[in-house]
Amino acid sequence: MNIVVAIKHIPSIADDLPVKGNNVDFDSVDFVLNEWDEHSIEQAVLIKESVGGTVTVIGVDLIGELDNALHLALAKGADKVVKITADDPAADSHMQAKWLSEAIKGMGANMVFAGVQASNDLDGQIGPMIAAYLDMPYIGGVSSVEANGDSATVNKEFAGGAGAKYAVSMPFVAGVQSAPKPPRYAPVSKVRQMAQSATVEKVAPSGDADVRERPLRILKMAPPVVTGHAEMIEGSSKEVAAKIVELLKSKGLA
Amino acid sequence: MAPKFEKAKAVEKEHAVVDGVDVSGHWNRMFEQRVIFEYTPELIEKIADIPNAESFANCYQCAKCVAVCPVDVVGNYGPRKLYRYAQTGMDLTEAPELWLCTTCANCLRVCPKEVNMVKIMPAAREQAILDGKFVPAELQQAFENTAKSGNPLGQPQRKRDAWIQSAGVPVPIIKDLGRKVSVLWYVGSYPSYHPRGIDAAAAAARIFNALGIDFAILGKEEKDDADSQRLAGEKGLFEMMTEQNIETFNKYEWDEMVVTGPHELNAFKNVYPKYGFERPVVHYSTFLARYLDQLKPMLKHPVNKKITYHDPCYLGRHNGEYEAPRKLLEAIPGVELVEMQRNRENGYCCGGGGGGMWMDSFTAKHNTTMRLSEKRAMEAASTGANVLAVACPFEVSRFTDAVKSTGNEHVDVLDILELLDRSMRGE
Amino acid sequence: MSNDILVITEHMDGKFSDVSFEMVGKAKELASALGGQAVAVVVGGGVSSNVFASDSTIHIDDAALSNFNPEAYGKVIEALVKEKSPKVVMFGWTVTGMDVAAWLSARTGAPLAAYAKDVRVEGGSLVVSSQAYGGKLMAEVAPEGDMAIVACLAGSFPVEAGQGSTAGTTMASPVDAGSLKVKFVEAIKPAGGDVDITAQAKLVSIGRGIGGKENVELAEELAKALGATVSASRPVVDAGWLPRTRQVGKSGLKVKPKLYLMLGISGAPEHLEGMKSAELIIAVNTDKKAPIFNVAHYGATADLFEVAEAMLELL
Ligand SMILES: Cc1cc2nc3c(=O)[nH]c(=O)nc-3n(C[C@H](O)[C@H](O)[C@H](O)COP(=O)(O)OP(=O)(O)OC[C@H]3O[C@@H](n4cnc5c(N)ncnc54)[C@H](O)[C@@H]3O)c2cc1C
Ligand SMILES: Cc1cc2nc3c(=O)[nH]c(=O)nc-3n(C[C@H](O)[C@H](O)[C@H](O)COP(=O)(O)OP(=O)(O)OC[C@H]3O[C@@H](n4cnc5c(N)ncnc54)[C@H](O)[C@@H]3O)c2cc1C
Ligand code: SF4
Ligand code: SF4
Repeated sequence: MNIVVAIKHIPSIADDLPVKGNNVDFDSVDFVLNEWDEHSIEQAVLIKESVGGTVTVIGVDLIGELDNALHLALAKGADKVVKITADDPAADSHMQAKWLSEAIKGMGANMVFAGVQASNDLDGQIGPMIAAYLDMPYIGGVSSVEANGDSATVNKEFAGGAGAKYAVSMPFVAGVQSAPKPPRYAPVSKVRQMAQSATVEKVAPSGDADVRERPLRILKMAPPVVTGHAEMIEGSSKEVAAKIVELLKSKGLA
Repeated sequence: MAPKFEKAKAVEKEHAVVDGVDVSGHWNRMFEQRVIFEYTPELIEKIADIPNAESFANCYQCAKCVAVCPVDVVGNYGPRKLYRYAQTGMDLTEAPELWLCTTCANCLRVCPKEVNMVKIMPAAREQAILDGKFVPAELQQAFENTAKSGNPLGQPQRKRDAWIQSAGVPVPIIKDLGRKVSVLWYVGSYPSYHPRGIDAAAAAARIFNALGIDFAILGKEEKDDADSQRLAGEKGLFEMMTEQNIETFNKYEWDEMVVTGPHELNAFKNVYPKYGFERPVVHYSTFLARYLDQLKPMLKHPVNKKITYHDPCYLGRHNGEYEAPRKLLEAIPGVELVEMQRNRENGYCCGGGGGGMWMDSFTAKHNTTMRLSEKRAMEAASTGANVLAVACPFEVSRFTDAVKSTGNEHVDVLDILELLDRSMRGE
Repeated sequence: MSNDILVITEHMDGKFSDVSFEMVGKAKELASALGGQAVAVVVGGGVSSNVFASDSTIHIDDAALSNFNPEAYGKVIEALVKEKSPKVVMFGWTVTGMDVAAWLSARTGAPLAAYAKDVRVEGGSLVVSSQAYGGKLMAEVAPEGDMAIVACLAGSFPVEAGQGSTAGTTMASPVDAGSLKVKFVEAIKPAGGDVDITAQAKLVSIGRGIGGKENVELAEELAKALGATVSASRPVVDAGWLPRTRQVGKSGLKVKPKLYLMLGISGAPEHLEGMKSAELIIAVNTDKKAPIFNVAHYGATADLFEVAEAMLELL
C-alpha cells in the first residue's frame, strides 16, 4: 500500500495574528502543523501497520521551517518525507494543492490523505483540490479508513455522531477529520535521531501557472469587528469565580 | 522455562582453523575428538556495536554475575546468560529479556570484565525504540505521561504541590519566597502525587520544619527527573526534561539541593554534570544524618518495632550511601534493626529501577516466578521484622503491594521519613 | 453566462438543514442585486423540494443519490454548472458542502471563498466576508472571474428568508451510478448509552485549554457541584479524554442549555454552530482576544483551573 500524506504548515492561532497590508504578517507568527494533519499521519501509519506499505509525507515549505514537522512524521512511522521548497508564506491553498499534485503525480499513490481542513483554507482545502488535479475521487470528514485490496472502507462523519460507510476504489484522496486512535506518542529520542540522520527530499514548486490567473483576491484582513462582546468579569481568579457563582445564583442556576 | 527464541544451529566440526592455525587440538587429543561448536558472533556484535554497549562483548562467561543478579533469583537472567542467548540466536533488541534488567548494578560489582549493564541496557533499549521494535505498553504510557504532564503518573502539573496541605506545616515555594534559601528540596514525582509517597513528603516537611532548616520547594515548576526513563531507553525525553529542569534549578539561588529519591540523586549528581549542571545534591538520608545530634532529642516517642532496611540500588550501589539510613533508624528509640541476608553492597533490587517501575505487569510475565519486590518482601518477612523500612519513593508502593501478595501483611512498609516523623510526634 | 445563483441545498433523512434555507434567502438578495435568479438545487430523491423561497428550484430527483456521495454530487453539480453558467454557486461549509466546493473550484478554475459569514454585491462585483484563522481574523475577499463559489458557515443568515414554496423542475441525474468509484454502503447511527447532552439544562464545557485527560476530573467536580454535565469541544474528544457523545458543534451535537459554562474553548466557528443559542454563555479563557468573547454573554480573562477551583470552594 502506497500512502501519501499531504500536510500543511500554517500560522499558529494560539497567539495574536498581526496583520500587514491585506494579509497576516507572516514574519511575526509561528508556523505549526495543521492539527488535522496529525490525524491523517496517524491514519496512514495505522494502515501501514495493518496491511504493510509505505507512507510518504509531503508538504510545502513556506518559510523554511517544515523540517520539524517532517522529522516528527518520520518518528511516528512515515518512511519518506518530501518538502516543496516554495518559500512563499502567502501561497494559498490552490497554489499549494497544485504544487503538491505535481509532486504526488509520479509517486504511484494508492491513497492520498490530507487534513480535512486548515484554519487558513480561505480558498478551500488542499485535499479536494489535489483530488481534482489528480483526477481522483475525494471523500472528506473521514474518521477511519481500512484498506482491503484495491479498495477501502471509509467512514465519513456527519453531525451528532451519525455518519456513513463508503467503499472507495483506489486511488483516492481522503480528508481526514480524526484517526480511529488519538495520534501516537513519538519518542523524543526518535525525533532527535530523525533530525540528525533523516534526509528530506526537496522538490521545486511547479505547475501553478493556471491557478495564479484567477485567485481569490484578498481586499482586507482584520480582527473581527465586534458586534456583541461578552460583558467581561474583571479581577483575580478568585474574584471572577465569586462573581460567576453570584451570577449563577441570581439566575437560579447554582 | 526456556527463553522463546530459536537457537542458531551449532555446526559440529572435526577441524577448526583460525587465522591459518589449526586449533582442533587433534595432536594432543587424549581420548576422543572434542565437539567443536561454531557460533555466529553477529548478534553479540549487534549489541556491542551500539555506542555505550561495547562492554557486552567483554563477557568471558565466568558466571559471577548470575549469582548476584536479582532477576536470576526469580528467573533465568544475568549478563552471562544474555550473552549466551545472543550467541545462540537471540536478538536482544527484540526479546522480552531486553526489558527485565533493572540496572541494579550488582553484576557490575562482581564482573571481572566490567561488563556494564547500566550502560548496555539503556543503549540497547534506545536502539529498540529507534528501530520501532516492541516496547511494553505500560512503559510507553509512562514516557508519554512524562512528556505531556511532566511526571510518569500522568497527574496534572498544577497539582504538583497539592500534597502540601497534608503536611500541616509551612512548605514555602521558592518562587513566592523571592529570596535565596540554603536548601532547595526537590520533592519528586511519587512523593508529590502517589498517596503513599505523599505521606513521606509530608513527614519530610515536618522534619525539616522541626530542625529549622531554611528550605523551599519548586512547587508547580518541579518536573520529573526522567532518569529511569533514560535507563529505559528514552534518552531524548531525558535530555528534553534535563534542559527544562536545569533552567528551572538555575533560576533560583540556593546552596544545596536535597532530594527525596535516590533516582533523582543519581540524575542530578551523576548525569546532569554532563549537561552543564554541577551543584551540590544530597539524598535526604545523608542530609538528615548530619543533624543527628539535633534530631536525637526530638525523637521522643519510642517506635517499638523490629525493623529491616532495604538498600535502594540507586542510593547504595550507585551512590555509596549505606550508613546514613541505618544511623537514622538506630537513632529512633525502641527500634531493633535487623539485616536481611542480602544487604548493603549485595542488596536485593526491588525491581523498580531502570524503568521496571512501569513494567510491573510485563516483567512479571516473562520467565520469572515472582516479582522482585515480592521476593524481597519475603526476605524481609523471614527476618522476623514487622517493619520494612525504605528510602526510595518507588519502593513504598511496590513493597506495600508485595507484602500483601505474599501473605505478609503483618509487615508494615514505611519510609525512614515516616518512622522519624512518628517518633517525633508519637503515634 | 447568466447572473443566476445556484444554491446547493443539503438534506438528510428527508429534511433540509437550516443552512440550505439561510443560503436561499441570501441568494435572493444577491440575485436581485445582480439581476439574476436564485435557484435552489436539490440533489437526491426521498425529499420534497417544494419548500424554498427561491425563484426556481432544480431537483435532480434520483433515488441513487438519496444518500450523500461526494463523487456523485460533485459530478452532478459540475454538469449543472456547465449547463447553467451561473454567476455564483453557494454551498454550505458543512460536512457535505466541504467535500464538493473546493473540488468544484479546482475542476472549473472558479475561485472559492470559504468560511463565508457574509456575501454582498459592491459595484456589481461580489465581496465575501470570511472568517479565517479559527475566527481570529475576518477577511474581505473578492473572487475574480466569471463564476464564483461561496461556501457559507451555517448560522450566518436568517432561516426564514429562504423558506417558502417553489415547484421544482425535475432533472435526471447525468451520472452513471455504476461508474462511481465512491459507493455508499450504509448509514452509521450515533452510539447511545451515555448521557444525552442535548437534554441537559446546564453544561460545563471544556476545550483544549483543559490540557490533558488528568484534568477532566476537575471539570467533572465543578459540573457535579453545579448539577451540570460535562461537554466538550472536538479536540478534547479526538484526544480520547471524553466520549464522542459529549461533543458540541458542527460534527457533534447542537445544544441549547440554560447555562453553557465554557472553560478553555476558543470559539471556533465549528464549535459555535453547536451552542450559539444557549441561554446564558459564560466563557473563561486566558486569551483576551479569544473569539468566544464575541459570542459569550459573560467572559473572564482568567486561568480556568484557578477559576474552577475557586468556584468549587464557593459551591
Ligand atoms: C508499580 C505497580 C503497579 C501496579 N499496578 C496495578 C494495576 O495495574 N492494577 C491493580 O489492581 N493493582 C496494581 N498494583 C497493585 C496495587 O498497589 C494494590 O496492591 C492492588 O490494587 C490491591 O488489590 P486489591 O484491592 O484487590 O487487594 P487488597 O488491597 O488486599 O484489598 C482487598 C480488599 O478486599 C476486602 N475484602 C476482603 N475479604 C472480603 C470479603 N469477604 N467481602 C468483601 N470485601 C472483602 C478487604 O477489606 C480489602 O479492602 C500495582 C502496584 C505497583 C507497585
Ligand atoms: C468538519 C469539522 C467539524 C468540526 N466540528 C467541530 C465540533 O463539532 N465541535 C467543535 O468543538 N469543534 C469542531 N471542529 C473543530 C474546530 O474547528 C476547532 O478546532 C475546535 O472547536 C477548537 O477547540 P477548542 O476551542 O477546545 O481548542 P482551541 O481552539 O485550541 O482553544 C483552546 C482555548 O483554551 C484557552 N486556554 C488554554 N489554556 C487555558 C487556561 N489554563 N485557562 C483558560 N483558558 C485556556 C486558549 O486561550 C484557547 O482559546 C470541527 C472541525 C472541522 C474541520
Ligand atoms: S561476571 Fe562478567 S564476565 Fe563473568 S559471566 Fe558475568 S558478565 Fe560475563
Ligand atoms: S544490572 Fe542487576 S538486574 Fe541487570 S543484569 Fe545486572 S544484576 Fe541483573
